[in-house]
Amino acid sequence: MSGVHVSTTINGDPIDFVCDPDEPLLDVLRNRLGLTGAKEGCGTGDCGACSITLDGELVCSCLVLGAEAEGRKIETIEGMADGDKLHPLQRAFISNAALQCGICTPGFLIAAKALLKKNKNPTEEEIRFGLAGNLCRCTGYDKIVRAVQEAAKEMRGA
Amino acid sequence: MSKLQNAIVGGVRTAMSYVPSSWLPGGKPDPLIERRVTLGTQQSRLDGPDKVRGSSRFAAEVPMERLLYAACVHSTIARGRISEIDVSSAEAAPGVVLVMTHRNAPKMALPPPIGLANLKAAGNNILPVMQDPEIRWNGQAVAVVLAETQEQADHAASLVKASYESVAARTRFEDAKADARTPDSLMIERNRLKKGDVQAAFRRAVRSVDATYRTPWHNHNPIEPNSATIAWNGDRLIVHDATQMLNGTAGSLAKVFGIKETQVHVSSPFVGGGFGGKALWDYQILGAAAAKLAGRPVRIVLSRAGMHRLIGGRSPTEQRVALAADADGKLMGLIHHGFSVKPPHSVCDEAFTLTSRSLYASASFDVVQHTLDLDVLANTFMRAPGEAVGTFAIECAMDELAHGLGMDPIELRRRNVADCDPVTGTPHSQSDLMLAYDLGAKRFGWNRRAATPRSRKDNEWLLGMGCATGSFPYARMPGMSARITIDGDGQATVSSAAHEMGVGTATVQRQHAADRLGLPLERVTVRIGDTSLPFGSFAGGSSQTASLGAAINAASGKLASELLRLAGNDTPLAGLKVGEIEFANGGLRKIDDQSRHESFVSILKRAARREVSVSGESGAPLEMLKFSMHSRSAIFCELRVSEVTGEVRVDRLVGCFDCGRILNPKTAASQFRGGMIMGIGMALTEETLFDERTGRIMSASIADYHVPVHLDVPDIDVLWTDIPDPRTPMGARGIGEIGITGVAAAIANAAFNATGKRVRELPLTPDKFLFA
Ligand code: FES
Ligand code: FES
Repeated sequence: MSGVHVSTTINGDPIDFVCDPDEPLLDVLRNRLGLTGAKEGCGTGDCGACSITLDGELVCSCLVLGAEAEGRKIETIEGMADGDKLHPLQRAFISNAALQCGICTPGFLIAAKALLKKNKNPTEEEIRFGLAGNLCRCTGYDKIVRAVQEAAKEMRGA
Repeated sequence: MSKLQNAIVGGVRTAMSYVPSSWLPGGKPDPLIERRVTLGTQQSRLDGPDKVRGSSRFAAEVPMERLLYAACVHSTIARGRISEIDVSSAEAAPGVVLVMTHRNAPKMALPPPIGLANLKAAGNNILPVMQDPEIRWNGQAVAVVLAETQEQADHAASLVKASYESVAARTRFEDAKADARTPDSLMIERNRLKKGDVQAAFRRAVRSVDATYRTPWHNHNPIEPNSATIAWNGDRLIVHDATQMLNGTAGSLAKVFGIKETQVHVSSPFVGGGFGGKALWDYQILGAAAAKLAGRPVRIVLSRAGMHRLIGGRSPTEQRVALAADADGKLMGLIHHGFSVKPPHSVCDEAFTLTSRSLYASASFDVVQHTLDLDVLANTFMRAPGEAVGTFAIECAMDELAHGLGMDPIELRRRNVADCDPVTGTPHSQSDLMLAYDLGAKRFGWNRRAATPRSRKDNEWLLGMGCATGSFPYARMPGMSARITIDGDGQATVSSAAHEMGVGTATVQRQHAADRLGLPLERVTVRIGDTSLPFGSFAGGSSQTASLGAAINAASGKLASELLRLAGNDTPLAGLKVGEIEFANGGLRKIDDQSRHESFVSILKRAARREVSVSGESGAPLEMLKFSMHSRSAIFCELRVSEVTGEVRVDRLVGCFDCGRILNPKTAASQFRGGMIMGIGMALTEETLFDERTGRIMSASIADYHVPVHLDVPDIDVLWTDIPDPRTPMGARGIGEIGITGVAAAIANAAFNATGKRVRELPLTPDKFLFA
């Protein structure tokens, strides 16, 4: 199988890679680029642990081919903090104990950030629907909701 | 399992000398119960910042040069042998480096079984791994493919063609009952319990209930798949695994490959959820064998389907509970019998009758459980093994009895709760279940409950409330070690091969060590997660906090005497004996006399030492034999059941826990809530669908195995009694598992209160309310 050459932007940096035509973007990120923040919980679109955004849209990177990233902007958990400064969502997850083992956490954070971009002041119900594609087995659902509410409030400057 | 029992009892006799007298009968409670500073305060997880950045390194993320990716091929029959296995197309596929089958796999010994008697063993499925053409369960690995990428390995695995000669397999629960076995013991208890005349109790009873409860297979389904990155360095084996049993895995792999334990290095700093499913299974052995044959490092990450084929789950149970009561509701007789699956190659008891032996003071008991042999992958422990399903049966039966008596379910429990072990008379170390009920009932608003079922309605929804008791025994493992090192700057480092699977081990033990050593939190570092550190037991049985706590305490005792020795005569401490000093303000002082104090820094400086380092070990858990030690909980549920669809929606859960002292309210609340949410799954949706004709798991994906999701999870309130247990390190008992117990019963009891329909089979799916 001959490789596909892909030019893309990841967390603001131009990145080129070569991958197999049938290779999921998740495997490219994790195995070729060493960006292991996106996790693989199922590989079939069921758990949301692999969440990233592609041109601002929330996607399961296990369901996207590496080749599809050509010319597009990818954002992963590695780009969420601003250097030493954690994103309000990241801080709220820690202070609300919204993570335990942490394997689902990057996916939740990416999904929550995508939700807050569209809806700055979501209701509890909207948060639950917005994060419906993410599973946490440990399980921190109610604390995750609270963390997102708290971060949303901070981000609105309320 | 009587071997276990002998080992524990034997171990106690020989290791008596290690047991700090404070935990023995008549001994003084751990002084930290009174003297705590940071223990009991809210502390955020130490690993939080790395985890929210996605930078914590899990087992499948360790980079290695020339890494190969593995994929497994699974048998499609339950019993028989491989007659033919054609790997030629797989071998010719792009990127493939090796196809391993029983024909070319290296010789390997049987994995040694998990056991309390041998902490260096972690095997669950005690069968030869790829050593012969025999098939012993549907899903067994028949080939492993190694390729340059995961996709290439997966594709090539699909090209392996195996044919089989099948023989009749035992795959039906009902049929296996004819050959059921009755083990002598369960964990460390005798299995068969008879006390008093149960038959007479049922003849004289004013009210009795007698019903059968069923629970299905469950799978752990952590979000991180079982995975390992494995390399051989000469005859040294390096395994980055996701495991709850570091030293057990190292010891087991050493036995399997015929090398010394010291030649195996296992590292597992973070585990992405375990719940009992992350010990030694075939995949680590296959990965290491394939790495050996290929001469290259291997990453083996099980697919979700692969996890269902190669990682055992919680056995199904069928339990009969019968209760006989007098007119006041006092229990005269308690019968708890039943079956679970435990094939001969399995080592884990599903001890569902243990709670009913200790919780209520029945005048007579008849308790025994049986195991069934099936041709399946070994069952294993899953969060609160035994108690999760056992409390479902006994606590639903109690609710049925309360209803029959026309008595409030909490009142029935109040009249029967045992104030010591009801069979042996052994005193409780600490137990305040009814206080938990009182606090919980108040928070929940139990007085709003309508006693008559099916009497509250909101349009299509029938509303109900229920409660149940949860329970999990205390355990502390002997042999767990910790090293404390104090450096010249007075900083402490505590290290142990302990495990972090989300519970907050380092966070809580740093609080412990800081208080124990009289240091502020910032001056303590905790290192865990690696077999190069002092010996760790396992993260299981809710025992790790107590085991590591005991080890740190033992080490701190040695540290005090070592520092006193180093201090010599030219010190304010001169002439004092170990029993007269305590840790305080970054040093040692005469007990309650600040004027005779010397800091670690000053002692080490004078002794011209860069550091002092000592190790201590968790001694024999004699307290477990001398006292009846159980955590208990009172669980309350409010829910609604649709008359139209039969769907159950949980509106609210309250859990009040009696687990000794709570060490960190923030991490503890997460453990309790997480357990309760898993209890919602167990009650409403979780069920591994097992095809009894073929022995194959049909729900081998996370789309088909329904773990709770956001919209299933209601408002959850968690509170605790926080009464210290005077017989345990720090006054705490384990809290990792109790959260799930009692929840399914509370939900089923609330569903009865809502609908008047008693469903005795989990999960409580809509069909059972509509058509049952
Ligand atoms: S790994 Fe992509 S959704 Fe689970
Ligand atoms: S924190 Fe473990 S799966 Fe969510």
